[in-house]
Amino acid sequence: MSESLANPLLPAPYRVLRNQRNTHDVFTLDVEPVKKGNSPLFSPGQFNMLYIFGKGDAAISISGDPTKEQPLRHTIRRAGVVTQALEQVKPGGVLGIRGPFGVPWPVKEAEGQDVLLVAGGIGLAPLRPAMYTLLANRDKYGRIALFYGARTPEDLLYLSDLEQWRGRFDLQVCVSVDTAKRNWMGDVGVVTKLIAKASFDPSNTVALVCGPEIMMRFSVQELKKNEIKSGNIFLSMERNMKCAVGFCGHCQYGPHFICKDGPVFRYDQVQSLLGKREV
Amino acid sequence: MISKNESFSDALSAEKKVVFVAKKDLPALFDSLWTNGFRILGPTLGEGAIVYEELNGVGDLPIGWTDEQEGATYRLKKRDDEALFGYNVGPHTWKKFLFPPKHRLWSAEASTNGLEITEEKQVIQKFAFIGVRACELKAILIQDKVFLGGEHVDPVYHARREDALLIAVNCTQAGKTCFCVSMDAGPRAESGFDLCLTEVLKEGEHYFIVEIGSAQGAEIMANVPHSNETREAEKAIQTITAKTAKQMGRVMDTENIQSLLQDNFDHPRWDDVASRCLTCANCTMACPTCFCSTVEDVTDITGDHAERWRQWDSCFTLDFTYMNHGHARTSAQSRYRQWMTHKLSAWFDQFGTSGCVGCGRCITWCPVAIDITEEVSAIRENQTAAKPTSS
Ligand SMILES: Cc1cc2nc3c(=O)[nH]c(=O)nc-3n(C[C@H](O)[C@H](O)[C@H](O)COP(=O)(O)OP(=O)(O)OC[C@H]3O[C@@H](n4cnc5c(N)ncnc54)[C@H](O)[C@@H]3O)c2cc1C
Ligand code: SF4
Ligand code: SF4
Ligand code: FES
Repeated sequence: MSESLANPLLPAPYRVLRNQRNTHDVFTLDVEPVKKGNSPLFSPGQFNMLYIFGKGDAAISISGDPTKEQPLRHTIRRAGVVTQALEQVKPGGVLGIRGPFGVPWPVKEAEGQDVLLVAGGIGLAPLRPAMYTLLANRDKYGRIALFYGARTPEDLLYLSDLEQWRGRFDLQVCVSVDTAKRNWMGDVGVVTKLIAKASFDPSNTVALVCGPEIMMRFSVQELKKNEIKSGNIFLSMERNMKCAVGFCGHCQYGPHFICKDGPVFRYDQVQSLLGKREV
Repeated sequence: MISKNESFSDALSAEKKVVFVAKKDLPALFDSLWTNGFRILGPTLGEGAIVYEELNGVGDLPIGWTDEQEGATYRLKKRDDEALFGYNVGPHTWKKFLFPPKHRLWSAEASTNGLEITEEKQVIQKFAFIGVRACELKAILIQDKVFLGGEHVDPVYHARREDALLIAVNCTQAGKTCFCVSMDAGPRAESGFDLCLTEVLKEGEHYFIVEIGSAQGAEIMANVPHSNETREAEKAIQTITAKTAKQMGRVMDTENIQSLLQDNFDHPRWDDVASRCLTCANCTMACPTCFCSTVEDVTDITGDHAERWRQWDSCFTLDFTYMNHGHARTSAQSRYRQWMTHKLSAWFDQFGTSGCVGCGRCITWCPVAIDITEEVSAIRENQTAAKPTSS
């Protein structure tokens, strides 16, 4: 072993280029390395650990377009200490970043198949890079559909992306909200109800699901009802994370380390754990 | 020493060398270690127990002392001989040297237009551990898998482990909470050591049989007076360790243990043990394989200087699974289950080995004498009582 081993626990400084508001509690940070050089390559579904001076780390998925040269992008929901501080960061501010970490969505493996993306709330953020990749290679896939659920119309993320995607004839986009005022013309109710609306070939379909655990459980039920195979359903799991590289033990979920064996799991890898309480 | 010496130790073990060292020549071993730049760490009396600290000579060893252990009980006792290693494992583990309980990972300075993060410099340590028991040796090899065996290498552990010299000691007696035999982890140290001592006190003689396990071990021994008379050595070691194996105070039936725990997630015994467990985390702190940690970010008064510290953590704490929307494991049932299921089941999935080496520390140091071997048999004996797992 050599002295030059990369230290996975050491953040590198990144400068904030833009802090853009998505909704009342969600914002998107664009960052680039302070030291000359490009942002690291990432795969859809991977995450970074974002450090803000003196406060701590938060695991945040990369939400930008991996097929384009652009700053590293993170879409963040204000939750507690770290995310509140991140929300206040102005362009020019510097963060510490470690990553990218984790097992990505099986976007490459899904080539030749129909692809369903099922997102709940902030869960759209880690799925957006997958969507960008699918669209950049559109002819390699069969039908593509996005089912996206949010609390209210005001909580919808990425409106301009959504509008653009809805305008395409090679893509089905279904959006649903839990509650809405009367001027909302879209669906109301849980996102899982939308799945039945799509047309896809169940024997040749891959589904990528990200959202709160309960939403993922119901989504899987619905997908299975529509005869999609367990081995073709993928979920992105969430647990407390300190190290992101398999040292701290915090993210354990049964036999899995969510940070290094996930966060994306094939449904049959976590099937026996999902229904259980306090795993 | 780890991996890089593998080829040497392989070559050596082909004709494993065994020598004899008289007790009066043991100081020469210490001198040889010091000459080679090592710090010697080993068992000594402290805190009313036998603990692991830096040793300044053979005289610092707990000569003539032994320990008596039971669930929630540890007592020092005088032996009627002058044995140097006549006891079993105490509250400390070698992990306190390889993975210090609290250490700084890096520091950061904030400036008007930036952030400078400075890595904590890791100096390669030359530790010589003397008195590493077979179960502890196995525990070190298990932690190697955690911190060095994956895609990423832990820099703190690596700097302390890379050049660490392991001098094992075969146990000449077992304690009442020991069950290394069940875990296939002892009482004889089989591999992974640089040197291994077997202490012999017989008919007025007091000497050590020394097995040499690596090139570095051989180098150390070059400066220690020894005799090469080895004919009866193997037999003597076998006799001594076989006697120890018969004294195990505890037994664990490990047949199908990986699936046993997987399949009994909803066993009523978890409620039972939770009604006794204080979730104090003593067991995880004392365990030689437990590796969990957390980090703390601190700033100084000026607010321009921040540091990240890492410290041991335990799956028994509520905060361990905190997420902004709730904790994953709130009940004591779920936390005890996580600990034991990780040790005896998930560990196989993660690292291809058990996470328990049968050292018995968690039994001795549990304030309410919860016994992992007893909990396993309770689950095993009463499996039909378990409700089918919900889904
Ligand atoms: C793989 C992964 C990807 C994620 N991607 C995103 C994303 O793209 N956008 C987004 O807004 N959120 C994401 N999250 C959730 C995000 O990590 C938490 O909301 C965030 O850590 C909360 O930090 P806080 O300091 O603001 O909250 P506090 O409540 O103050 O939490 C304190 C600390 O606890 C830990 N913690 C708290 N909640 C969580 C949590 N839900 N998951 C993991 N650790 C937690 C963190 O270390 C955090 O700093 C992701 C989580 C994981 C595990
Ligand atoms: S679980 Fe208990 S007996 Fe097993 S290695 Fe850890 S402390 Fe020793
Ligand atoms: S098993 Fe014993 S030592 Fe471990 S947390 Fe419970 S009370 Fe503490
Ligand atoms: S986050 Fe530390 S082990 Fe997964």
